[in-house]
Amino acid sequence: MAALFSKLPYWDALPELIRQVIIIVGQIVPLVVSLILCVAYLTFAERKIIGYMQTRIGPNRVGPKGWLQPIADTVKLLIKEVIIPSKSNRFLFLIAPLLSITPAFAAWAVIPLFPDFAIADVDAGLLYVLALTSLGVYGVIIAGWASNSKYAFLGAMRCAAQIVAYEIAMGFALVGVLMASGSLNLGEITAAQAGPENQWFFVPLFPLLVVFFISGIAETNRAPFDVAEGESEIVAGYHVEYSGVAFAVFFLAEYANMILIAALTSVMFLGGWDSPFSGSLFAFLEGTPLAVVQAGGLHWLAVKISFFLFCFLWFRATFPRYRYDQIMRLGWKVFIPVTILWIFVEGGMVLAGVGPWSS
Amino acid sequence: MVLQVYFWALALLLLGASLGVITSRNPVFSALWLVLAFVTSAVLWILLEAEFLAIVLVLVYVGAVMVLFLFVIMMLDIDLDTLKKGFVRFAPVGAIVAFIIAIELVTVFVIRSTGLPVLANPPPHPAGYSNTKELGAVLYTEHVYAFELASFLLLLAIVAAITLTMRRRPGLKRQDIARQVAVQAKDRVRLVSMPVEKD
Repeated sequence: MAALFSKLPYWDALPELIRQVIIIVGQIVPLVVSLILCVAYLTFAERKIIGYMQTRIGPNRVGPKGWLQPIADTVKLLIKEVIIPSKSNRFLFLIAPLLSITPAFAAWAVIPLFPDFAIADVDAGLLYVLALTSLGVYGVIIAGWASNSKYAFLGAMRCAAQIVAYEIAMGFALVGVLMASGSLNLGEITAAQAGPENQWFFVPLFPLLVVFFISGIAETNRAPFDVAEGESEIVAGYHVEYSGVAFAVFFLAEYANMILIAALTSVMFLGGWDSPFSGSLFAFLEGTPLAVVQAGGLHWLAVKISFFLFCFLWFRATFPRYRYDQIMRLGWKVFIPVTILWIFVEGGMVLAGVGPWSS
Repeated sequence: MVLQVYFWALALLLLGASLGVITSRNPVFSALWLVLAFVTSAVLWILLEAEFLAIVLVLVYVGAVMVLFLFVIMMLDIDLDTLKKGFVRFAPVGAIVAFIIAIELVTVFVIRSTGLPVLANPPPHPAGYSNTKELGAVLYTEHVYAFELASFLLLLAIVAAITLTMRRRPGLKRQDIARQVAVQAKDRVRLVSMPVEKD
């Protein structure tokens, strides 16, 4: 990446510190801008896909086939008035949306986007991701409290308990990935799956994949675990008092978190940027024009992320909302025992030398 | 040089946040200041190349413990007047603790100035050094018994806490999820065949 930047004019004349800043910012800005665009079109995809699942058409008025709908939505949200409730805490009320969006974007720093590249190649990347996803709950709690509204507060309380509960199952599921790859570095975790055999971790760690992805849905407060919003009981949960840009930022954070969970699931269990055709099973492709599909890259990661995002939308269109006590039961009494059991099974597999990590 | 600027800025921020914890009128603000203090000290630890401890501090204290703290504080109906009532009674104890801590802090400077052999700054580690791996290697080999004992104590504490809060009230209605799932249509619906009645 640094080689790319050195082609800029007057590059050698710049001081070292400024060069560093340019390299870092030059990687962050394209990533964040493309993420925001993805979020915009994810909302469009959600309305279209759920529309078709319910035999409706979905938005089709703005622009050709409705393609400009997200742009129109953004403009509408940006020019609406931001209303600050009376007797609420102005500072906390306005900083809460920022607190929920920052971790959702910052966690992308360690995600390996294509072979040998992540913005920050951190050794403890897995822990960094866990720490950042656990910070997102502050935005919700502070929003609920600063709004000075009972509904917002109830939503925040539900959300906080749910996120803290599912974080544990999520962390335990990642212990399995850690055992399989022998590294906390997300780049090395992907590289460990990109070997000549098809050794993506979802095969030996299938229960952990299921637990991780469902916990991810619960962490992002998406249906069927969206009791924090609960339109029918507590109107819209923690962001009921928000309007305009402040609401838009919460919205952005929810969808950015969805993309993040989809990306993490792809990186941990489906080999990240690795091509599904790179294994020795597809060796006959070598030398044919079809061999291009064997190269790993951002496009494969995008395909995997899109698959998981589709699942997010599919679940929302399919399942009714969980009752709150059943959410807690699922997290504490089902997922945590399953993960602990599978960690022991995996330990046995490591001892017996079965599994892709033995080679 | 840059490192020192970072250190002083973070140290000032940490001091400010800690002052905020004890001077805020509202306990929710105190808790939020404490969160800021934790995050700042985590960044300070990263400057010390202790990235594992720093991330775990954020993960455990900021991500879980403080969330539960805030949870409880926000739910409590706090009357600030009753909170302030004990001030005169507790002030001497607080003063004594503050005095002892101040003396301990000053001793550090005194010892440094006497020229006694104190620990020098460790040399920076090479690029491939992983703090996490080193900690794990020591914890699971040299200190494995102490480590397991500590984890056992924590497990005991969890079990004890849950046992203390478990109450069995009479007349409590419970659901058995397994029975709910296993239920068949014939358990719930009774089909009655009736001859068609004609007027």
